[in-house]
Amino acid sequence: MSTTVDHHREPAQDRSAPGPAGSLGLHLRDVTLEVGDGGEKVRALDHVDLSVAPGEFVAVIGPSGAGKSSLLAVAGALAAPTSGVVEVLGQDLAGLRGQGQLAAFRRRHLGFVFQSGNLVPALTAADQLRLARRIAHRGGRSRSFDPAPLLEAVDMGHRAGHRPGQLSGGERQRVGIARALVNQPSLLLVDEPTAALDRRRSQDIVALLARQCHQRGIAGVMVTHDHDVLDHCDRVVEMVDGRLVDRRSVTLRP
Amino acid sequence: MFLALRELAFARGRFSLMGLVIGLIAILMVLLSGLSSGLVNDGVSGLKSLPVSAFAFDEGTKTDNAFSRSVVDTDQLAAWRGQPDVAEAELMGTSIMNAVTDDGQQVDLTMFGVEPDGFLAPEAADGGALDGPAGIVVSESLRGEGIDLGTVITLDRINTELEVVGFTEGQATFGHVDIAYLPLATWQLIAAGQAPDGAAPTDAHLAALDFDQASVIALQGAEGSELAVGSAEAFAAGDAAATTTTLSLEESFNASPGYQAETMTLSMIQVFLYAIGALVVGAFFTVWTIQRGHELAVLRALGASAGYLLRDGLAQASILLVSFTALGVAAGVGLGSLMPEGMPFALEAQPIAVASALTILLGLVGAAVAVLRVTRIEPISALGGNR
Repeated sequence: MSTTVDHHREPAQDRSAPGPAGSLGLHLRDVTLEVGDGGEKVRALDHVDLSVAPGEFVAVIGPSGAGKSSLLAVAGALAAPTSGVVEVLGQDLAGLRGQGQLAAFRRRHLGFVFQSGNLVPALTAADQLRLARRIAHRGGRSRSFDPAPLLEAVDMGHRAGHRPGQLSGGERQRVGIARALVNQPSLLLVDEPTAALDRRRSQDIVALLARQCHQRGIAGVMVTHDHDVLDHCDRVVEMVDGRLVDRRSVTLRP
Repeated sequence: MFLALRELAFARGRFSLMGLVIGLIAILMVLLSGLSSGLVNDGVSGLKSLPVSAFAFDEGTKTDNAFSRSVVDTDQLAAWRGQPDVAEAELMGTSIMNAVTDDGQQVDLTMFGVEPDGFLAPEAADGGALDGPAGIVVSESLRGEGIDLGTVITLDRINTELEVVGFTEGQATFGHVDIAYLPLATWQLIAAGQAPDGAAPTDAHLAALDFDQASVIALQGAEGSELAVGSAEAFAAGDAAATTTTLSLEESFNASPGYQAETMTLSMIQVFLYAIGALVVGAFFTVWTIQRGHELAVLRALGASAGYLLRDGLAQASILLVSFTALGVAAGVGLGSLMPEGMPFALEAQPIAVASALTILLGLVGAAVAVLRVTRIEPISALGGNR
């Protein structure tokens, strides 16, 4: 398994999405999120600015409760910020009205990878991908979908007929990554992907995530506690008390 | 359906357990329906088979057991015959008596006194029609009790002898007692207390009788008339003229012995069964949906609409309900056919179809209430920090 992040960074594809050219990827501008907690407002995100370009894979680290998950939530159209602008693919998320439009945006443009895969227990690896396809597309386009190439891409072609209960933690996470890629997302949001994995597998998984983002021109944001995997990331930012601190930028290409 | 079918296969243990409960409810429902139909048949099959639109009882007769209480006479009959839309109107006598066959067997009989050449006269499937003053046509179901053509039956206490001359086609019972049709005049002879002791009634007895009363007036409305469909307004005019209280054939079932109490008891049990079914199915799907809460939150985060998950959940519940209700009904019908002879039990397609539909429908309502939870699941809870 390759642990290098050597790759061909493809130019971001035009995904015929609205918005001005050059604003593809993820842009958070002065984003603040206040969470009501028994009448007392907690500032989970405090004037956060973050841009992730297509094909760039960024890690977000920081202690528990620093607001990492909140960052994923607002970037992933799961929570609306109290103030500030969240722009994905040139679309200001504030322009999406209601749960229905938000869900539609998520299934068309976003990919999620969760802790320990979070697969549906009843479905085989191939069916996990088929379900993600069906969620995004009605009718014929989902029926003609072939999950095999994507499973091959995450080295899970040989496990297509296995259910989550028959897979190891690393294998589950690979299926989870393939599932996130099914609908060709522009933005990949990754939540603690190595929480349940040993060191070697963690390296493999994060390398795989970085490679997929680079190859497919996807803007990737990964929240993690695991400092051993940061080498695979193009950039690492740290969150402290809801504020974002650029910790280091890694240039991985000559 | 994609997820629904795969989950049914994956969690087949849990779903079979639930299916078993649904199936058992369906079996119970078929058996209750059979018992209910059987009791109705036993109670009023004799009335159902009459070509009657309505019965006119003497005015003010208490509905409960009115067939035995009511007394009407020929003046009232004449008043009804004068009404428009009345195709046929005849006096009919009803009474329940004990009797002994010539070989000492005790039998209970509902005596239906009808004009031998009138519209109420029974068609004998075996033997002859009502003829002489001592001939009776009895329910087919009495064959099992050692009664045959030519059997002489002696009525208790008055010791009047009657002879079986025919059998009706199929069961004819009233208030769980087999029916014996006899000529109205003979019925009146018995009712007047002038029946001969230790002998059969003869034409001479009948000629000497001066008695014009019977229990009820049987009415048949002209085809397509209001009276024929049992409209209350159509009865009102006749009731006013004849000082009677008229009930349509269906309403009159309640006037037969025990009918209302039996059907109400069974209906109540059935209502409870439906409610229990809906609640059990609702409880199962509530637990199932809560159990899948995190998985559903993940699917919502992936962008599945609430409608998609709702449809999927309802499809799952429908498949479960329809398939196991069908299995239960099949098993219930199988069990029902093993019911011992003599038990009031009748499997009829229509009540079983209605009951199956209700089981499925109410089960779906229960499941829908549970599955509606998916619309309240917050997709944000899929993220680790909010677990």
